[in-house]
Amino acid sequence: MKLGYYPGCALHGSSNDYEQSVRASLAALGVELDEIDEWICCGATAAHSLNHKLAVALPARNLALARQQGHAEILAPCPMCSMQLLKAARAVRGDAALRAEIETIVEAPVDGGTGVLNLIQVFERAGIDKIKSAVKRPLKELKAACYYGCLLVRPPAVAAFDDAEQPRSMEAVVAATGAAAVEWNYRTECCGAGMTMANPETVLELSHRILENAAAHGANCLAVACPMCHVNLDMKQAAIEKRYGSHYGLPVYYLSDLVGMALGLGATELGTDRHFVAAPVGAKEA
Amino acid sequence: METTLSSLPGPREIESLSHTRIVQCYQCGKCTAGCPMAGQMDAPPTRVMRLVQLGDVEAALRAKSIWQCVSCQTCSARCPKEVDCAGVMDALRQLAFERGMASPAERRTVIFQRAFLDNIRRYGRLNELELIARFKGEVFLRGRAVGVLFEDADLAPKLQQRGKLHVRRQRVKNRGVVERIFSRALDGGGR
Amino acid sequence: MARIGVFICWCGENIARTVDVVQAAEACRAIPGVRCAEHYKYMCSEPGQALIRGKIASERLDGAVVASCSPHMHLKTFRRAAAAAGLNPYRIEIANVREHCSWVHHDKATATAKAIDLIRMAAAKVRYDRPLEPIRVPVTRRALVIGGGVAGIQASLDIADAGYEVVLVERDPSIGGKMAGLSETFPTLDCSQCILTPRMVEAGQHPRIRLHTYSEVEDVQGFIGNFEVTIRKKARYVDMTKCTGCGECMKVCPLKRTLSEFDFGMGTRPAIYMPFPQAVPARPVVDKNVCAKIIRNGCGLCEKKCAPGAINWKDHDELIKEKVGAIVVATGYKLYSIGREQKSSKITGYGEYGYGKYKDVIDALQFERLVSASGPTNGEIKRPSDGKVPQSIVFIACVGSRDNAKGLAYCSKICCMYTAKHTMLYKHKVHSGQAHVFYMDIRAGGKGYDEFVRRAIEQDGAKYYRGRVSKITLENGKLIVRGADTLAGTPVTVEADMVVLAAAMRPADGIEELAQKLNVGYDENGFLLESHPKLRPVETNSAGVLICGACHAPKDIPESVAQASAAASKVAVTFAASELTREPEIARINEQTCAACFACVRTCPYHAVERAEIRARNGTLIKYTARVNQGLCMGCGTCVAVCPSKSADIDGFSEEQIYSMVEALA
Repeated sequence: MKLGYYPGCALHGSSNDYEQSVRASLAALGVELDEIDEWICCGATAAHSLNHKLAVALPARNLALARQQGHAEILAPCPMCSMQLLKAARAVRGDAALRAEIETIVEAPVDGGTGVLNLIQVFERAGIDKIKSAVKRPLKELKAACYYGCLLVRPPAVAAFDDAEQPRSMEAVVAATGAAAVEWNYRTECCGAGMTMANPETVLELSHRILENAAAHGANCLAVACPMCHVNLDMKQAAIEKRYGSHYGLPVYYLSDLVGMALGLGATELGTDRHFVAAPVGAKEA
Repeated sequence: METTLSSLPGPREIESLSHTRIVQCYQCGKCTAGCPMAGQMDAPPTRVMRLVQLGDVEAALRAKSIWQCVSCQTCSARCPKEVDCAGVMDALRQLAFERGMASPAERRTVIFQRAFLDNIRRYGRLNELELIARFKGEVFLRGRAVGVLFEDADLAPKLQQRGKLHVRRQRVKNRGVVERIFSRALDGGGR
Repeated sequence: MARIGVFICWCGENIARTVDVVQAAEACRAIPGVRCAEHYKYMCSEPGQALIRGKIASERLDGAVVASCSPHMHLKTFRRAAAAAGLNPYRIEIANVREHCSWVHHDKATATAKAIDLIRMAAAKVRYDRPLEPIRVPVTRRALVIGGGVAGIQASLDIADAGYEVVLVERDPSIGGKMAGLSETFPTLDCSQCILTPRMVEAGQHPRIRLHTYSEVEDVQGFIGNFEVTIRKKARYVDMTKCTGCGECMKVCPLKRTLSEFDFGMGTRPAIYMPFPQAVPARPVVDKNVCAKIIRNGCGLCEKKCAPGAINWKDHDELIKEKVGAIVVATGYKLYSIGREQKSSKITGYGEYGYGKYKDVIDALQFERLVSASGPTNGEIKRPSDGKVPQSIVFIACVGSRDNAKGLAYCSKICCMYTAKHTMLYKHKVHSGQAHVFYMDIRAGGKGYDEFVRRAIEQDGAKYYRGRVSKITLENGKLIVRGADTLAGTPVTVEADMVVLAAAMRPADGIEELAQKLNVGYDENGFLLESHPKLRPVETNSAGVLICGACHAPKDIPESVAQASAAASKVAVTFAASELTREPEIARINEQTCAACFACVRTCPYHAVERAEIRARNGTLIKYTARVNQGLCMGCGTCVAVCPSKSADIDGFSEEQIYSMVEALA
């Protein structure tokens, strides 16, 4: 399987461990990624908060590039990027006048027909059963709290993925790795998103609630599929512990980490040794 | 910066910008009920929608809450009247920013977002170190808040150890098209 | 030679202000065939009618045009006047010079000219009016009532007490409907079964009510006064002639854990069961989907225990036919299914409320069973999860109602009232308990209703928050309910032991199939359509089929009972004479020219055209033809439009008449 690949700024920035993990685990599953040449930032929160046209144009440019480079479908592992791309595609499909305007702005034809996949969808495409049969080292000691965050499932009409209230897609992938997924209540609650710098108090509060609930429901790690969530829950975990006087020690794995580890890949290959919160003993030996 | 009140947009304009019919909102409060930030907001989402419905757009544009909003989309996902509340928040932010009416209390957020856009305008992709430097510098200068300069300072070496800090610039080759995209979107009316 | 009279009404000033009626009358005298043209201030009044009658006699008129208001107002009036003077009432035509002329124009000259044109057209039409006679249809004076809830029972009793036989068909093993399962009813807090069961018994014992329970309507043929209904009596596996209702079989049945439909899943029942002890008829049925004897020829304990030998394993569904003259539909409602298993893609359920996931999140009818003295917990309010008595209950209104995104757009009308009732019943049983209600509006318009809700708040201490609930989660055995109060402008979180969801009222399952069998329209929500929302709330556009109760729209018990009696009165009107008369302005098919293509049969929306044969006296077939059923035809004209041989036409509105009206203008 070959897919166009849109990393986004986070995966080429301080979340490059996520890119490492995605590339390693997908390679092990035989999924080929072809990075889109000259991709630009999707605009993220800044664009949709400050300027409507920019919020559509920046992702639209990337859709145009993907089309030009022969990709019918692309993987965007960051849900902020994938949501912006999906929203732009939808806007352009539904409004011919807007489409014409955007095409002028981005200097390329945009048809809005390019498929945009998130990481979970790519694992589903590769095949849950295929993953299961390829597992070399079942992650039996892991009790993962699958954390979806916001943009994988909302807004439901745009994401058109899983159930926005009781999603199960990540749990299915986690189950395939041999790990257990715990029942808990903050699976789709916001971690504070891109406010890490702008509004650190908010992030500490919201991410604290998530870690608190995961721990209360017996999780010994979290699984995420979003670089912002990872930063807020992993990099900021120490600050949260300090602020609220609690101790969690919950490693935060990218979903691709779990798949990779189960397939026998090591910490250096996946980049799990670059997380802030140390992994439990069992997983590190891989 | 002076704002001419007569040039404030009305509810119709906000509806058109956000592609949603605010008149459908019947103030049920489900958005406020599910909003992770509602407890801290001066005007939770229900109230923001009501202000727009009543035509008191100025109050909505000046509210802190539109910048406290984390765009989690929970409000829009659960709204029984299919009102895109998150979209309205976006529209209000865009209008407030354009008119320089953003709440001073939420200055940090506005500075951050603008710095982010300026950053990607220049390079096509985000350069985190430069963004952090610009953000902290501006927050410090505007509010004389020395503390901001040292926020998360302990993380820098840890990020460096983990190979997550890039000193070398991330940029695309064709930066001209990026500049033109920005210029058309922002300077050509912006909406 | 035609002898037509023209009578122009002033209608006080309504017509005369804009139409010069004197001038018009003068002009009309010149219309070919017109013998006289009169005008009068109020033609519909007694002197006006006397004028018409007088002229019919003195001028020996054979047709008349009344230029007046809309035929909807006084066509019948003028027809009666004509008939009284010996003129066939179908030789009267109305020229509407009020709604179609004086009320919509300003200029007197042009309005008068138009009025004259309208009269000229009507005069042309009258010349071709045939002297029709009303159609007479025989009536079977028996009624079918579909649905044995409170509305069906009320309708049945009213019709039976009026002296007519009623066939009452109920799908469940017992009549009583939803009301039989309620605890107490608002606003009086009467015990529901206490007020209903006497009616149930009366219906079961009434000499003129024939009760078919555990039965469904399979097929309906015919038309008003002449329906033939096929009813499927489902196999009970219990011989009703032998069973004494002693209940020993139910005690001895080893399969006791099927979820009880009557308890909405809050309790269980055996495989052979009566839905509740006060059932009418008080006889059990066997659930063939779980009974071991039926599935794999095991068990059979009930048969061994049954002293009168009433168990009959050879039982099977029986189809019976009943002839009736009128049908009353009273099929009631069900609650919106809050979990994800929905048939429609638009109605997607509420995953955020945890219904189906958390045992202590239940819906309103389930709560009624918990509160009901005859319920699965004997009226003690207990949590389904651990049996503990809840110290706090959150009641959420409008679940599925007033929701364009995931539910139904309409308001379910009764939930505000029964939610207030629930808080009071809870308080009366659990004195230390606290009720919390999340609502959007309070709809309490009935008699004593608003006072009832205020009593719940002011005297029984229920806490009301104005706002919806966003999400419910379970933490350490407590349900965390995250809602809002928009009056205070804040989010409100309540930790509750139980949550009761006031789910939307929807028509009962199978309503669409039944409606199609009866040729009754239904809206996008499945609710049956009445003839006119204001003036004909219990009739349908299918003559002879009445509707009442929740199958029409969400409503409470008093309204259902009132509508049931209204439907019964309509039935009584239909049955008052041994024959029905219908207006004769319906379709007629020229059987000589009909080519038997049957396009009309296929397109008639009322299924009023039949395929018929014309045979010679010795029985040889001469030809096929289409033939209009005069009992069903509503005169819509669709057959006229589709007929390729111009064999179909409408009496009183023939193509010849229409062409003559057009030519009169030219």
